[in-house]
Amino acid sequence: MANLTESTAHSHPRDSYVAMIQRKRLYGGIMLAVFVLMLISGFMLADERNAGGFWAGLPQLLDFPADVVADASTKLHLLPAHLVKFFPALLETINIAAASTLIGALFAIILSLLSTRGLALWPRAIPLFRRVMDIMRAVPEIVIALVLIFILGGGPVPAMIAIAFHTAGALGKLFSEVNENADLKPVEGLHSVGATWFQRMWFGVVPQVSPNYFSYALLRFEINIRASAILGFVGAGGIGYELRNAMSWGKGKFDEAAAIFILLFLTIVIFDQLSGYVRQRLIHQEAH
Amino acid sequence: MADAALYARADNLFQRKKLMALALPAVIIAYLVYVFFAFDVPGLAERARLDNARTLVADMVSYKTHVSRDNRSGEVTVAIEGERKGEYAPGQEPDWVAMRGAAQVIDLGDGHVVTFLPENALSYDVPGFGLIEARVDGRDIVTNLGDNAPDWISVSRTRLNITTEAGRVSLTRNRTEVFRYFTGWELFFFTLDSPYHGHSVSEIFFGPQIDPARSNIVGAWQDFWHNAMWRHSDVAWALFETVLMAFLGTFGAAIVALPVAFIAAKNFAPLRSLRFVTRRVFDFLRGVDGLIWTILLSRALGPGPLTGSLAILLTDTGSFGKMFSEALENVDNKQIEGISSTGASTLQRYRFGVIPQVTPVLLSQVLYYFESNTRSATIIGAITGGGIGLLLTQAMITQKDWEEVTYYIVLVVLMVMAMDSLSGWLRKRLIQGDK
Repeated sequence: MANLTESTAHSHPRDSYVAMIQRKRLYGGIMLAVFVLMLISGFMLADERNAGGFWAGLPQLLDFPADVVADASTKLHLLPAHLVKFFPALLETINIAAASTLIGALFAIILSLLSTRGLALWPRAIPLFRRVMDIMRAVPEIVIALVLIFILGGGPVPAMIAIAFHTAGALGKLFSEVNENADLKPVEGLHSVGATWFQRMWFGVVPQVSPNYFSYALLRFEINIRASAILGFVGAGGIGYELRNAMSWGKGKFDEAAAIFILLFLTIVIFDQLSGYVRQRLIHQEAH
Repeated sequence: MADAALYARADNLFQRKKLMALALPAVIIAYLVYVFFAFDVPGLAERARLDNARTLVADMVSYKTHVSRDNRSGEVTVAIEGERKGEYAPGQEPDWVAMRGAAQVIDLGDGHVVTFLPENALSYDVPGFGLIEARVDGRDIVTNLGDNAPDWISVSRTRLNITTEAGRVSLTRNRTEVFRYFTGWELFFFTLDSPYHGHSVSEIFFGPQIDPARSNIVGAWQDFWHNAMWRHSDVAWALFETVLMAFLGTFGAAIVALPVAFIAAKNFAPLRSLRFVTRRVFDFLRGVDGLIWTILLSRALGPGPLTGSLAILLTDTGSFGKMFSEALENVDNKQIEGISSTGASTLQRYRFGVIPQVTPVLLSQVLYYFESNTRSATIIGAITGGGIGLLLTQAMITQKDWEEVTYYIVLVVLMVMAMDSLSGWLRKRLIQGDK
């Protein structure tokens, strides 16, 4: 009996362990090889479908930045004036991002509360609100923006609505994850004194979760600045619109484009760093 | 004494909280009011084109069939949406158009009947109004309406336009046209030249062979797939191209960022200056942003999916580099020490001590980005010209194929939602599999 246990303990488990590890490695290796193959063939396919080939275009990659830098440096004295000229457009882009984040977040709070178990006003409608958020999240901003530009004309409002719509869905999902971790005791307490649903949420839930809401909203704001710049490029106002105009001037007149590049780059970096810093502080505050 | 101080502090806190509770909404409302005027929302009402909205919504769910007569040659054609691709072959006209030699009787339903008469004349019998007669006389249009035509008829010397709930009639010197509206998306499955047009699903699957050269299912699939009006195969390819852009961009960026992230992580990179430089490179890649990368790359490489892929790759290398290096800084040192106590080399320490720890975190971030990049790829495609984004903008620019726009939007939303579930499923499987 003792002999038997000893032999299994020594040989059998070890063999099967090694076999398992080898099998695991083999599968892992095959998966990795398939993945790399997919990636390589994907790049080859994309290269084939591209108007200009990668290897043909590679030497020209720096031509455009060189043109921009050359134009900017020959007209360096104009640069401050350009920066001032395009600042209102930049402000519009930031305003689009801020307003859409704000409006989107307000809708997201409502949607998330309506789709969290234990908090929802109509528990039966939870799946409905979840699907609504999924769809809102899935619609790319450009789709709504282009349709609204057709109806409302170009300008910041279509971009704001488009981004706010997407933001409500994206933040709603994150917020409802936050809500799920909220303590229900204050809600029950408020319920026992006859508070309405709105009062229960406003005084029972929101104070608990607001730091997390704020942190996610800040991250979203940063993403939305990029989105509003891109939407400007398709005609929704702001710095993106100015960039498209500046690009159409052509070689020798890229000094305006250079100014816009600088403004856009600085804005994104500043807000990126700022939001990172504030979120870091929020997390530390919570840890205390 | 201590109590008094405590009370004072509590009062202070309450005061502050009360102030915050009032001030924060006030600031938000003030800001929104500022934005309201900065974006000129009051002026929007003037600029808004509600007629555009109406055509858009109507066109999304309905289509029109044109019956038009060339007033010079007298040739009459019946075509869906007035497109050559949707033209009925002579003799195959729908049953509401009756060809009677030189005259054509067009039944618009509900008792509305338009008749094309010889010598460029037409008559329109509107129930409850009477018979409208019009003809081209030399260069002018002459009608029996007199001077006081109702507002749904616009008549001038060169043009007559009648819009009723049943359809629209227009008469100019060169053309006589009647539009009849139908609900639905026209010819979504088969165009008119396909033998399968007008057959039901059960007929195609179980009925007798329709086209002698091909079996029903194969033939129907071929005609559906190569439908000239909706171009299903091109749309499917465009969707694939969009996903391809997201796939190459995201996973390419992850592969580039992983090794470089080690240089940017505090606990792996001994050189402070190198770490600093790497981090600034990541910040730079992220700060330049997809838009500028797209513009820059499309100048050199031309429009297409590769440009989009590389734009996503560059931006996300920055994002992943930052996130990966943060994840690496949070690894547990005990596992690495354990591995090194067995005499493992540096490479082995990373492979067995670090990678298994960070893989779940990294994979979940990468998969999350994959899903969100499918959306970005649609947007970038609209700028660089690739994938479904391009089809979408093209269909929008023509401002008339709103049913196609709707089709693309539905497909984009379904694609993103499918990607969302795929990445969620993979995340669950891979991360739990690792544990």
